[in-house]
Amino acid sequence: MTRRIKNIIMYGFLIIVSFFSVFPLYWMVSAATNKSVDVINGKLIPGAYLLENIKCLWGNQDVTAAFMNSVKYSALLTLVSLLICSLAGYGFEIYHDKGKDLVMSIILMAMMVPFVATLIPLFQMVSKWGLLNSTLGFVLPSISTPFLIMMFRQSARSFPHDIIEAARIDGLSETRIFFQMFFPTMRSTYAAAMTITFMNAWNSYLWPKVIMTTAESITMPMVVSNLVQGYVTDYGMLMCAVLICTLPTAIVFFVLQKSFAEGITGAVK
Amino acid sequence: MSKKKGMSLQKKHSMTGWIFLTPAVILIAVMSFYPMIRAFILSFQTGIGANTKFDGLANYKAMLTDQVFLKSIGNTFLYLLIQVPVMLVMALILASILNNKDLKFKGLFRTMIFLPCATSLVAYALIFRCLFANDGLVNHLFVSLGILDSPYSFLTNAFSAKVIIILALLWRWTGYNMVFYLSGLQNIEYSIYEAARIDGASPIQTFFKITIPLLKPTILLTAIMSTNGTLQLFDESVNLTGGGPANSTITMSHYIYNVSFKYMPKFGFAAAMSFFILILVAILALVQLKVGDKRD
Repeated sequence: MTRRIKNIIMYGFLIIVSFFSVFPLYWMVSAATNKSVDVINGKLIPGAYLLENIKCLWGNQDVTAAFMNSVKYSALLTLVSLLICSLAGYGFEIYHDKGKDLVMSIILMAMMVPFVATLIPLFQMVSKWGLLNSTLGFVLPSISTPFLIMMFRQSARSFPHDIIEAARIDGLSETRIFFQMFFPTMRSTYAAAMTITFMNAWNSYLWPKVIMTTAESITMPMVVSNLVQGYVTDYGMLMCAVLICTLPTAIVFFVLQKSFAEGITGAVK
Repeated sequence: MSKKKGMSLQKKHSMTGWIFLTPAVILIAVMSFYPMIRAFILSFQTGIGANTKFDGLANYKAMLTDQVFLKSIGNTFLYLLIQVPVMLVMALILASILNNKDLKFKGLFRTMIFLPCATSLVAYALIFRCLFANDGLVNHLFVSLGILDSPYSFLTNAFSAKVIIILALLWRWTGYNMVFYLSGLQNIEYSIYEAARIDGASPIQTFFKITIPLLKPTILLTAIMSTNGTLQLFDESVNLTGGGPANSTITMSHYIYNVSFKYMPKFGFAAAMSFFILILVAILALVQLKVGDKRD
């Protein structure tokens, strides 16, 4: 009997939390497919107005350009960031000595530097280098992060030294050991790192808001945010934009969900 | 450093290590440490735009009497003190429930609770803004259920606007932290739990005596990450409430942005404020590390 009550409380709690977690997203999808008037009147069933909302949205903002910009910036940042940080994490762990451990602890201090604290000098540097409104300007400050380096350093710790020794005896160069041995073995760490980096890049708002000053260079979150500047909000159109802005991160999340959890498990060990 | 043929194997490997980590280290030095030093220097200069001069501690003095800045510190700390503990406790409870081996639909629950993390920050801020708008769904429901006579403007009342920002943050980040705890729990042998059950420990005892002590490193990690994130809140303040009404929800980052890029660019003043945040983050992280390191 008590067991049953316990189960009811447990499942009830989980169901309530799950409902509140999913409902705003359901509402977003439903609003994106309905007329603004219906949304205001509390309609909660998906409608057939999606295409109209899309048309209206594209008439209002250059969504294609912003979407492509976001894809370009985020994909490039993710690729470069993963390469540079995993090389560093591997270097710090596999070849560790006193000097490298010291450098690592200095690097970890950068984790405490909040982004706003460096915002103004970064803006001045990037504009002096002529990189405003450019992809390079977007990616430079966030390529190398202490968090990713730490994550890869942690996972390199579980990489068996015997494999490295065996590969060395077989005459593989150190670079090839990294690319041909470490990289394929650590797939789940890479997946987790990729999910985190891509999501951060796609979601980043403050930095592009500061350096992307032309209409051609703005990103998807900026477009979505611009839609609410007016007095009247077209809910259908706005939620349609929100939906489009959420799709890429949602897809990455679903595709990599399993390896994400595995990668995090490796990192928090 | 010359590449001598006679270099010992160990030295050669050490060199390779340095080569591997150099790009990342240079980038962090140039993109994080150097700007930090520049911000420190800038914080002693006053003036607008490019016309600046050294003015000692003027910015820091002005900062401490700036009403909006003080308000933004108050708001940020309110979010920090209420939202972070509630979120971490919720995430811990959810994770320990989901770690139960007999639970059905475990994967489904986990995915649903983690789902909010898939939304972009601007996107979820706008979803909440729309839900709580005067003509939004929440008002519509409350009015039609008879709870309210007329729509309540949640976002233009200082108190309710803060509550909504906290609710939104909880919604977005609880699942994220839960995943860290779930991963941490997977590293704990399940047999420990079974042994505790056989010994007659109640679930609540197990939670406090086994789960929390063993998860301590993970809890520390999430606490530092959340504190750091909360002190830097920007997207929510800008997009959910616009910092209003009358700056009652504005965060420190939002105000720094306004001072630097929205009105007359007072970079020196903004740098002083951002340096203040840097020191806050460092102090809080040290305190948490100290508390977390204590052995009992």
